Amino acid sequence: MSDTGAANFDEMLNRDGTVRPAYADFRQWFDGQDTAWLRRQDAEAERFFRRIGITFNVYGDDAGEERLIPFDMIPRIITAREWRKLTRGIEQRVRALNAFLQDLYHRQEIIRSGRLPIEALRNNEAFLSQMIGFTPPGGVYTHIVGIDLVRTGDDEFMVLEDNARTPSGVSYMLENRETMMAMFPELFTRIPVRPVSDYPRRLARSLRACAPPAHTGSGRPVVAVLTPGIYNSAYFEHAFLADQMGAELVEGSDLRVMDGRVCMRTTTGYKAIDVIYRRVDDDYLDPLTFNPNSALGVAGIFDVYRSGGVTIANAPGTGIADDKAIYSYMPEIVEFYTGEKPILQNVPTWRCSEADSLGHVLDNLSDLVVKEVHGSGGYGMLIGPTSSKKELADFEAKLRAKPANYIAQPTLSLSTVPIFTKEGLAPRHVDLRPFVLVSPNGIDITPGGLTRVALKKGSLVVNSSQGGGTKDSWVLDE
Amino acid sequence: MLGRAANGVYWMSRYLERAENTARLIDVGFHLALTRGNRQSQDEEWKSVLTTTGQLEDYCQKHSDFSGTQVFNYLLREKDNPGSVLAMVENARTNARVVRTSLTNSVWETTNEGWMNLRELLSRPVRETSLGEVLTQIRRTGTLVRGALEGTMLRNEVFNFSRIGTFIERADNTARILDVKYYVLLPSTAWVGSSLDNVQWDTLLRSVAGNRAYSWLNAGSMDPRGIARFLILDGQFPRSLIFCYDKIRSNMAGLAKEYGREVSAHQLLRDAGAKLHQITIEEIFEGGLHEYLQAFISKTIEIGSAIAADYRFSE
Repeated sequence: MSDTGAANFDEMLNRDGTVRPAYADFRQWFDGQDTAWLRRQDAEAERFFRRIGITFNVYGDDAGEERLIPFDMIPRIITAREWRKLTRGIEQRVRALNAFLQDLYHRQEIIRSGRLPIEALRNNEAFLSQMIGFTPPGGVYTHIVGIDLVRTGDDEFMVLEDNARTPSGVSYMLENRETMMAMFPELFTRIPVRPVSDYPRRLARSLRACAPPAHTGSGRPVVAVLTPGIYNSAYFEHAFLADQMGAELVEGSDLRVMDGRVCMRTTTGYKAIDVIYRRVDDDYLDPLTFNPNSALGVAGIFDVYRSGGVTIANAPGTGIADDKAIYSYMPEIVEFYTGEKPILQNVPTWRCSEADSLGHVLDNLSDLVVKEVHGSGGYGMLIGPTSSKKELADFEAKLRAKPANYIAQPTLSLSTVPIFTKEGLAPRHVDLRPFVLVSPNGIDITPGGLTRVALKKGSLVVNSSQGGGTKDSWVLDE
Repeated sequence: MLGRAANGVYWMSRYLERAENTARLIDVGFHLALTRGNRQSQDEEWKSVLTTTGQLEDYCQKHSDFSGTQVFNYLLREKDNPGSVLAMVENARTNARVVRTSLTNSVWETTNEGWMNLRELLSRPVRETSLGEVLTQIRRTGTLVRGALEGTMLRNEVFNFSRIGTFIERADNTARILDVKYYVLLPSTAWVGSSLDNVQWDTLLRSVAGNRAYSWLNAGSMDPRGIARFLILDGQFPRSLIFCYDKIRSNMAGLAKEYGREVSAHQLLRDAGAKLHQITIEEIFEGGLHEYLQAFISKTIEIGSAIAADYRFSE
């Protein structure tokens, strides 16, 4: 995906080349530094990441090949005022997402009222019939949410995607900050940046607050992180979070169901777990209920869950809320459950399942971005403006064959933030994923998030699996 | 802690210890081969190194030539040798990655860095001129990880399982090294007292990094019985069988204290430890040194298996 040529919003510089207030202090510091020294620090950062093993595995590569997500040292800066508005919008959206899930798995008022067509649920694999009529402990479905935002103007943030299953990337948010603080400590004494480092503690507290009520009497709830194992692309993050929370990092083979509880095999016997922060997809959670071939989950865990013996975070079946087919209804969903107008806008979206929309999409294919409804990570999408005639024709065939599998959006004029290149500062497109925790005690948004940046000039694709990098994201204190 | 995690730290330590011991054996083989004039006795030395590491059979299936470069490259880095030093350090690192949450950053980073350095050093065939540097790096990795464990880990179950892994492996390695060369310590050849014997004895001591210590304790004079006593029964020498067993017992005692109960391995160790403390070197030779070492190796395996089962290393 690349620029359509329209001038986009640069977060550091005004159109006349002057520095915006958010970046004033940083830019002043930056201009006073020796470039050769900055370059050395940049190289140092990569060594640092390798040494501590912040790597990810790319699917399809040789097993065991670990790559680094490139880190760019220029921070992405958000002012206190901007952040205040974002938090209100995110909180509203997350409240709506949970209410929506509760409704979908119970009375389905939103469908009865005609605001959401039943077709959106039919044949949708993300909707788990096993969850119907069940309310998770504390009424929380999405314990951890990542809201992907893009900026298109001074005061315009839009939601590109909701991540309500198992959003990843929070370890990069934390390690990027650590790295910046280690490389440029004086920056943080000059500029008031709100800290992010207590995220793991907040996560642990939030998860413990969601423990099943029947088992909260006997001391502090036991939390474990369930990982598919060391070959998973986000294993580093799983280990990192478990470590920082003081929770056990477990694999399916460590767990079994005993006496109505999920228990882990310790050196001294089996011990019950109260809350499982799972980083395993729904389908692999329980071979007895879902995919019978799964070796990553625990046989019988779903029965324990339904009988109140364990909390699973996020709840199974939350994927329906971040499904790309549902995304286009989010403005209605927010309004339906909160009674308010959405504070954060959606990116305009055409549902190819609808004949009118499909016609429009087919007519304008070369200007649009078309995404698979169930895809993620930037795989299987068409970027009209940069595709060849043949690619467009091939995609058109797929689109015509299964229109309901696709949605389309205009290519947005995404904001840019400079990165540090050999030639000095150069603008690149970014997005932002703030991380949100939900518990019965409320909604907790860590000030900052993960900024992903397209490293190639003009590129709009920020996914790490497609060559994107990350930046430290600063929210300035009042 | 999780049984799988205990298994991970235990094997991480075992692999690092084994890699280090293999490096030392290569070092000794290399020095010895240098002192041998003819090709045939050089080959014999390298064969003996392969025997000690238990890889002679596998090696013979792939190679027919016993030149030093061929053998040490096999032992260090050959791709389809699962027992190569590189594979072992990789295993150690993979285990460390699995149990990363149980380790301090310092232990993890040292292990990861050691692996990254060795992977780089061993990415090309090793020549005789660079062998020294490679072997030093292998030993240094083991030393640094042990240092990081010692300096940064809580003295808890994780630490104890790691130490138990180290000393089970070390006891096994020392016994195997001694067993492959036991015949050089037998009276039938000892009375000859030739200079060849002296070289053989010195080699044996070098293989367990004990030559300096032994000379120091014995004012430079060497006798086969003294060497055997030193390697089996000297409680001061950190690679002797008795030292390793004492360490395993003390770390197992740590586990019993932390968990508030003993397991079957404790009794096994108590019996084996008591026997080691009672037996004399004369009795060992009377019963046959080789037989004694064979029994010791089996006992160590039995203890290792009991620990794995008692502490639920796997399902």
